[in-house]
Amino acid sequence: MEPKVNNWEYCEKPEIVVHETDILLIGGGMACCGAAYEADRWATSQGLRITMVDKAATDRSGAVAQGLSAINTYLGENSAEDYVRYVRQDLMGITREDLVYDLGRHVDDSVHRFEEWGLPIWKTAEDGTRLDGAAAKRSEPSLEDGGKPVRSGRWQIMINGESYKVIVSEAAKLALENNRKATGVEQNHFERVFIVKLLKDENDPDRIAGAVGFSVREQKFYVFKCKVALLAAGGAVNVFKTRATGEGQGRAWFPVWNSGSTYAMAAELGAELTMMENRFVPTRFKDGYGPVGAWFLLFKAKATNALGENYEETNREEARKLYGDYVDNVGTCMRNHLMIQDMKAGKGPIKIHTDVAMQKLAETMTPKEIKHLQAEAWEDFLDMTIAQAGVWAANNIEPEKTPSELMPSEPYLLGSHAGCAGIWVSGPEDIGPDEYHWGYNRMTTVKGLFTAGDGVGASGHKFSSGSHAEGRIAAKNMVSFLLDHKGDDPQFSEDHEELAKEVFMPMETWGKYNSYTTDPNINPHYIRPRMLQQRLQKCMDEYVGGITTWYMTSGTMLDEGFKYLEMIKEDSLHMCAENLHELLRAWENYHRIVAGEAHARHIRFREETRYPGYYYRGDHLAIDDENWKCFVNSRYDKETNSWDLFKKPYHQLVS
Amino acid sequence: MPSFVITEKCDGCMGQDKTACMYICPHDLMALTSDTHKGINQEPEQCWECYNCVKICPQQAIEVRAYADLAPLGGSVIPMIGSDTVMWTVKFRNGQLKRFKFPTRTVAAGQVDIYPDSSAGDMSKIKEPGFFTHHARGDALPTLSGNI
Repeated sequence: MEPKVNNWEYCEKPEIVVHETDILLIGGGMACCGAAYEADRWATSQGLRITMVDKAATDRSGAVAQGLSAINTYLGENSAEDYVRYVRQDLMGITREDLVYDLGRHVDDSVHRFEEWGLPIWKTAEDGTRLDGAAAKRSEPSLEDGGKPVRSGRWQIMINGESYKVIVSEAAKLALENNRKATGVEQNHFERVFIVKLLKDENDPDRIAGAVGFSVREQKFYVFKCKVALLAAGGAVNVFKTRATGEGQGRAWFPVWNSGSTYAMAAELGAELTMMENRFVPTRFKDGYGPVGAWFLLFKAKATNALGENYEETNREEARKLYGDYVDNVGTCMRNHLMIQDMKAGKGPIKIHTDVAMQKLAETMTPKEIKHLQAEAWEDFLDMTIAQAGVWAANNIEPEKTPSELMPSEPYLLGSHAGCAGIWVSGPEDIGPDEYHWGYNRMTTVKGLFTAGDGVGASGHKFSSGSHAEGRIAAKNMVSFLLDHKGDDPQFSEDHEELAKEVFMPMETWGKYNSYTTDPNINPHYIRPRMLQQRLQKCMDEYVGGITTWYMTSGTMLDEGFKYLEMIKEDSLHMCAENLHELLRAWENYHRIVAGEAHARHIRFREETRYPGYYYRGDHLAIDDENWKCFVNSRYDKETNSWDLFKKPYHQLVS
Repeated sequence: MPSFVITEKCDGCMGQDKTACMYICPHDLMALTSDTHKGINQEPEQCWECYNCVKICPQQAIEVRAYADLAPLGGSVIPMIGSDTVMWTVKFRNGQLKRFKFPTRTVAAGQVDIYPDSSAGDMSKIKEPGFFTHHARGDALPTLSGNI
């Protein structure tokens, strides 16, 4: 097809807004909110300006937008060493232990701040009764003062988290306000502005100088000039075909607005990625993807196949043939693997016996306590996955009477949960070997570009609290970088209007061609973002190990898939956008393509099956510690459209 | 279809400075119809059913009809937001009702003091691990060197 050109003949030329700042926060989720809070305390006294840019409204943006029913990383009485051991085991032996340890020693302070800001945290009273967060606030000390949380697992604590993000956002906005007033800036918090591209310094191609994006509300193009940036815009959802169809396609487990922007923008700037072969396939309540953690860990529910067998036991010895000792400490992916064997053998449905668990707990309870227990069970969904409560209501499921089906979801790319895809970052200076530090804690291989949360690879299990804490770690180090580089004045060479032309191209394309056919959805001159997303999902699903193949792929399947992916990438330049909303979708889907390709390239390179239950290389079905107990890193060269993949050694730091 | 707007109840937030559902939707799904200026979910197949539009609507004009590809008709889950609690009404397909009330916050919105001890970061510790809060309390964080 002929290349598309934007001469502003059909698309209204946007107003170009140039905003200069020192610290640019890209995203508004837990990590960027943490960064705003911490950065203010270090930057403001130094006269350094902070700017947050969020594509949504910060009160309800990011992965915690809906709320949460638990905080999954709170160390409390546990040591950071044990936290490393847990994360390493769950991620099949390969993690950046320096990053994990560093997170573990910092994270509790963020949880203590949440409680101080008004997040209700369940407590265990002296007589052993469970109190919700409001009752606990009246009678129990805070966590920081020795209050006892309700543990739903060794690392998890229960909360009344409907307003979790609102509370965290309020603190971030107050911090931004503090900085704005002190530095005399007119505006430093931009909502509904979507950053789509990062820009390099013209004199140093390994240094960030700015970013560009657009408003999804007004015809405005934004140019942000910065000295450092935190890229923390979440993981990637809707890269793979979803189990849900039609109007249900938004029912992903991870938030559907996580569009891979973190990975794509970092890759395009030349930052080194790590462990992008990793993915997360959560096993959850079927269809609604409601959380299982409290059911398994707090309510002690068991799951079985249709024959009543414990599939983790019955399939273990067969799994040992390929995965050796890894089957003994069953982590998240291995648990999936053991369950999937029975699903493929027709021994489903797999059910979680909520009824048995509730009845057992009720044996020693008063009617009032039983009612409270049932409310707790519903709250687990209503605080964070309301859709699952809707599935129960629609199917007349009362958990104390009826078991529920479990199902492994479509794959997601993330670095904060039980997965470790992301960007390769410098670690804390006091820990780890020299090759883990080249500068500042949580700085990528691009000078001045930091990341946190889903962005940091090779260190999962941070969850909400850890992402907040990691944003704070990055923020402090960004200020440290700025103070050490006071003379720096990075500038990018790209022309503002040329950048605007590129970003708004889909709207010009729409205007030029949409009337060519009677149905603007079907037009030979362009593809609508929705259809391009579905093409990407189909390709990833069939060639890169999605649900259709039970997560199976191979070298030959991947090589075939790359041919289609390449053309999807080419066709992304022919996306159209009828309005700013569709322009948002066009760029989100572009990011999904780059993130999806990174995932596929990494899987191609790692010739083993490190994460059975997440994905399988049919041509290398076993775990191969001798050759692959290492990180896989990559660098993308946008100019030549080529990927360079290579191994990086794993160092065990905790015994 | 995820979230839907009841025509009669929605006034397009005419008397307010912003259209609440448009403001809050994390995925930019809510829009105003061009003719009647009422809210509409413009892309229901991208809806996460996060309920933020439902919770924020000043007219209680927005509800959720569970995804039709997976949920039978007839159930509903409806929140009522208070200043520090949320009340849920769950209606089953068979008509059974359940009600739950949960706390949402223990400090009133707008009342939080995020820097109770007014401490700025101790610049002499900027190269050390720890947050400004750790330094203000005099907490030294552990390190790993002894464990390698």
